[in-house]
Amino acid sequence: MKFLDEYRDADLARQLAREIHRVTTRPWTLMEICGGQTHAIVKFGLDELLPPGLTLIHGPGCPVCVTPLEIIDQALEIATRPGVIFTSFGDMLRVPGSRTDLLSVKAGGGDVRMLYSPLDALKIAAENPGREVVFFGVGFETTAPATAMAVYQAAQKRLANFSLLVSHVLVPPAMSALLAVPDCRIQGFLAAGHVCAVMGYEEYFPVAQQYRVPIVVTGFEPLDILQGVLMTVRQLESGRAEVENQYTRAVRRAGNLPAQALVGKVFEVVPRKWRGIGEIPASGLGLRAAYAAFDAAKKFGLTGRRVDEFPDCQSGQVLQGRLKPHECPAFGNLCHPEHPLGATMVSSEGACAAYYRYRRLQPAA
Amino acid sequence: MNPLNFNATCPVPLTQYPHVLLAHGGGGRLMHQLISRLFLAAFSNPLLDTRHDAAVVELPGRRMAFTTDSFVVRPLFFPGGDIGSMAVHGTVNDLAMAGARPLYLSSAFILEEGLPMETLWRVVCSMRDAARRCGVQIITGDTKVVDHGKGDGVFINTAGVGVVEHALDIAPARVRSGDVILVNGDVGRHGMAIMAVREGLAFDSQIASDSAPVHETVRALLEAGIEIHCLRDLTRGGLTSALHEIAEGARLTVQVEEKLIPVREEVHAACEILGLDPFQSACEGRFAAFVAPADAPRALALMRTRNPEAARIGHVAPAAAPTVLLKSAVGTWRLLDLASGEQLPRIC
Repeated sequence: MKFLDEYRDADLARQLAREIHRVTTRPWTLMEICGGQTHAIVKFGLDELLPPGLTLIHGPGCPVCVTPLEIIDQALEIATRPGVIFTSFGDMLRVPGSRTDLLSVKAGGGDVRMLYSPLDALKIAAENPGREVVFFGVGFETTAPATAMAVYQAAQKRLANFSLLVSHVLVPPAMSALLAVPDCRIQGFLAAGHVCAVMGYEEYFPVAQQYRVPIVVTGFEPLDILQGVLMTVRQLESGRAEVENQYTRAVRRAGNLPAQALVGKVFEVVPRKWRGIGEIPASGLGLRAAYAAFDAAKKFGLTGRRVDEFPDCQSGQVLQGRLKPHECPAFGNLCHPEHPLGATMVSSEGACAAYYRYRRLQPAA
Repeated sequence: MNPLNFNATCPVPLTQYPHVLLAHGGGGRLMHQLISRLFLAAFSNPLLDTRHDAAVVELPGRRMAFTTDSFVVRPLFFPGGDIGSMAVHGTVNDLAMAGARPLYLSSAFILEEGLPMETLWRVVCSMRDAARRCGVQIITGDTKVVDHGKGDGVFINTAGVGVVEHALDIAPARVRSGDVILVNGDVGRHGMAIMAVREGLAFDSQIASDSAPVHETVRALLEAGIEIHCLRDLTRGGLTSALHEIAEGARLTVQVEEKLIPVREEVHAACEILGLDPFQSACEGRFAAFVAPADAPRALALMRTRNPEAARIGHVAPAAAPTVLLKSAVGTWRLLDLASGEQLPRIC
């Protein structure tokens, strides 16, 4: 397929891998930020092509995985209320809250619907004026513009029966939080290409400078990731700590300005709790006061609750790159996709689910 | 206090989900668990335990194959087919997977109050035409009507019997290390065709279901004397689910190569956009054949006379634990895992 097969070429992948081997003279630890990149790395076995001392750790860039338990519990509570139509992206449906998940709420009679776009929720709200329609707005900067557009249009159309349960998160504050930990092992980042397609990469320059880490904006196909690794290692080997863009076919330095303007109009930056990591200042998006009428947590009176994580789940350690998924004692026995203890086992982008799907057995020789 | 009115020594063997989820019918791991822990546990017998698409029964002087399938597709009419033709093809194909010549079908309708009679007539005509093309007769049936809102227009169950006219034992347990795996065409198209219509996804080129009978292809293989060890149609759960069932039934490793598995470009594109896996997407006119290596070239040539996209996708290898391995496009090996339930599109 055009624009895809070119980026999965086995010969070019081997050439890039050879070049990475050639330039690597000592061990390095890199983190790929985005769950989509983790998925591609494990699905295509890209880490097997790297030199032994070059370690990839899997970052917190899976929106499903980092959505805090209390917001998932809020979603579950709203979805069980009579008259509510609860709408969400597909992979939030199986994420476990404290007691249940949205698919089980649906099986118990709740009206839970999977959507491809938040704008579809507006259509449902317009068609069902007697019912409350709630959209579960999760994701990084990538999905925030579409959610912002839904809220903006709802306000224009005066759709009073539409509201948003918002859990949007921002990448750069999470990177800074990881780097600020005293024993941080991360020496370079593959930044999330699609986040940068929206936001550009201006905001990474101060991070690279302050913590002396190379940051390479990287795409999602095998050749993108291998090239991103090569660019990062070249910087490390030559003592540079710069922001570079591997994903030039999608990302401009300034990003998508109309999308950023819309996000800024509807949302403001707020502190946000990340599942498995804890609260990170200025790392989330919340609705501005002008759009407070569309805030589902307020509308349903659910703000201000706190819920603790499952004690057996070490997804926080995984999300911070301190533990590989298969090193967790619960991996594959207490915790598996049919019975996930933490969200990293649920979404196909979650590091634990990616390892479970592709890595339980060593491949045959 | 009410006395216990159930057998307390036999608790429900499924503990993780107190209710049936849609995922229990999705062809993934949950459905396999439901079948093995609940249905097989309750009904176990040597014929059922072969876990084949159709059971083969010895009757005096004859070997017969018997199977059943239910059809709950929405929308009822979709590009490339409809629930009526699918209800015939599905059961004909299940019989073909036992190497049987399909003869007779039953047809049971569960109709929803308010269904337009014209719609039902279109479904029935489609079944009639499909049965004629497949050379089977619908010889018995049943009709039930449920309240408005309690069905999805039409549900159809068909059962089928066929006659086994060869001496081969076609079953997962017959698969041997070294067997070659063939598919009779591109995979994953039916599932994506339905999803595109159901979710209102507009792609440049329309994806048409692959719904079709395959018994003629199977008969051609049998008549050519191909040493077939197992056949499996690729329905719910797609190629992945079928390969897992065979790997487990044979206690062997199935090794396939991504580059060798035919997937139409429009299906591949739709899957990439939605974050889905074409190998887990359903087919309704595709099967995998496990054949002795010496016969594989001849079998593939025969399959290609009916569908040029038929392909050799891999082989069977010895295993400590049964599994399915996939050689990725960049040449590394990984597990080809069963989905948990239904595939869920990714956020981004």
